[in-house]
Amino acid sequence: MTETRQECWLILGATSSMARALSRKLAARGAALLLAGRDMDDLEATAADCRHRGAAWAEPIRFDARDSATFEPILSRMAAAEGTLNAAVFVGSMPEQALIDSDPSLIDSVVTDSFTGPARLIHALAPMLEERGSGTIVGVGSVAGDRGRVGNYVYGAAKAGFHTYMSGLRNRLTRSGAHAVTVKPGFVDTAMTWGLDGMFLVAPPEAVADAILKAERKRKNIIYTPFFWRYIMTIIRAIPEPIFKKMSI
Amino acid sequence: MTWKTTDAWGWGRVYRTRGEFARPERASALDRIAADSPCPAIGQRRSYADACLNSHGRTVLTDRLDRILSFDPDTGVLDAEAGCQLSEIVRLFAPRGWLPTVLPGTGFATVGGAIGMDVHGKNHHHAGSFGQHVASLTLHQPDGRSEVHPGEPLFEATVGGIGQTGPIGSARLQMQRIKGPVMMVTERRVPDLDTYLSLLDVSEAPYTVGWIDATASGASLGRGILEEAENGAGLVPPAKRGRTVPFDAPPFALAGTVVRGFNAAYYRRIPERGRTVVKPMEDFFFPLDKIYDWNRLYGKRGFHQFQCVVPLAERDVLRDMLAAVAASGLASPLAVLKRMGPGRAGMMSFPAEGYTLAIDFPAREEAPGMIRRLIAMADEAGGRVYLAKDAFAQPEQMDRMYPDRVAWAELVNARDPEGAYETDLVRRLALRTIQ
Repeated sequence: MTETRQECWLILGATSSMARALSRKLAARGAALLLAGRDMDDLEATAADCRHRGAAWAEPIRFDARDSATFEPILSRMAAAEGTLNAAVFVGSMPEQALIDSDPSLIDSVVTDSFTGPARLIHALAPMLEERGSGTIVGVGSVAGDRGRVGNYVYGAAKAGFHTYMSGLRNRLTRSGAHAVTVKPGFVDTAMTWGLDGMFLVAPPEAVADAILKAERKRKNIIYTPFFWRYIMTIIRAIPEPIFKKMSI
Repeated sequence: MTWKTTDAWGWGRVYRTRGEFARPERASALDRIAADSPCPAIGQRRSYADACLNSHGRTVLTDRLDRILSFDPDTGVLDAEAGCQLSEIVRLFAPRGWLPTVLPGTGFATVGGAIGMDVHGKNHHHAGSFGQHVASLTLHQPDGRSEVHPGEPLFEATVGGIGQTGPIGSARLQMQRIKGPVMMVTERRVPDLDTYLSLLDVSEAPYTVGWIDATASGASLGRGILEEAENGAGLVPPAKRGRTVPFDAPPFALAGTVVRGFNAAYYRRIPERGRTVVKPMEDFFFPLDKIYDWNRLYGKRGFHQFQCVVPLAERDVLRDMLAAVAASGLASPLAVLKRMGPGRAGMMSFPAEGYTLAIDFPAREEAPGMIRRLIAMADEAGGRVYLAKDAFAQPEQMDRMYPDRVAWAELVNARDPEGAYETDLVRRLALRTIQ
């Protein structure tokens, strides 16, 4: 086992497979974990798993991006934790575009799940990091947020908003010694992408978790994971709009 | 999406199929699949042939149900999800002084798979089979979850029951306390079969296993290397580095002369007077796992494994089998001989008191004929073949090899009259057919 540091991580959306992979790696280095999400049975199973993998402690806690009443208990638990405070945000929702087309009110919930809900919570957490002068907030966005595409531009728009929020948060936190990392995963092998058509170069969740930990250690600002998505997205962003608007990628 | 259409194959890479797969990440997702679309569950697909395949049907993968749910250091009972790989349990718990009581030859095997096949290990003659150390298991059935305990008929139908009672979600395992994180392994050359069997008969080591040179003939027939081991305390030597096989090996890699040469060198690797070495747990229990895709060493065509157990009195049939294999020039470097105890936990469990012989064969044209001959010899000697490995047995051999089969089939069919959990293996051997 490597050195044990006193660190506590809030994992928002801890039932996702990327979050589970990150939680396990943090547990192996002795971190304390507050696992937040909606499926309490599943969170308890992941918490138990993390305890047996070396976590200082691991507790499930309820978090619903659409229910701000769930925020306060999370914030008080974090305030009571010792050492460096950190957070990783994995929440978001991506209904099929066709569903949104028939019920545009879904746009509100996508934006709440993927942007404003988690942003409200970490906005309240940020002062604790500033006060302790350390800690990292990892915001998992998406390459879908880099340019709006016909297939999922509502999800993309929410993630774009989240990316911009993360950028501002980084600008703010750096003044106190804390940090924010924006993570833009490409295709990851999760329940969300299982069986979808058109997937290629699909990365295992463990690879994303490794990339996140490396970015945290090296205080990177924005990472694409796997790394080559940076080049793919550079090309996609460079396509002139008159051409892009006619494409379906 | 719940279902993904993709290809699948058994570990031997001969049997291939296409089907729809679900990969739940939570127990509640498994509940939903179990209710809406009951189908067989599989783990890491380490069964060699068709036990892990459901052609053109649906299959649920347990890969992502792989968490440790609880561990009681007072009793040594571990609760783990079905997709948990045994190597992971060893990695996490050996340093804390606990080990699964039974470990098969690959650590990629999952908790669910080890139960479904009632696997055995190098300590079978002392510790019995994997299922004998299962304190309880949870089945996910169309009408919900049920916890099943030893002594119940459903337990005996599930352990070794090749998945025919439905998906296992999690299981509680009785672990054993160990002295330390290493294995003391004594390796010695054994010149021939008679010496081999006699050494196996008198060995008092907790763990024994023997590699056999299946290409040796004449006076050297049945020569090999006997490994006797016990657990110990000490410093863990560096483990061998993991490697991957970057491409399928060309056909000449396993030509008869190459294998004979390799085996002779492998035999002489051990000094004439033997040696005792200290090995990390993983190197002793899962020697081949260090080469991640070692099945690719057999080339594109893949390979078969024959494994049988014959009663102790049937030493001669082992000699006949080895002579036939050596004469055929078909064998690969991988052949294993071991003495088994009587321990078994299920109605369809493989283990039986006797000698078990396992031999790999590259999937050349002559291989099926050779293996069918070996299966017939095992059948005639009152033995049985291991369903996790089998590709060529005949339905009419099953009732002799597995005397509880009909009782098992009645129990299983009553619970699953539509045959939703049937796999290719079950259909090929008509295991659930009652005359």
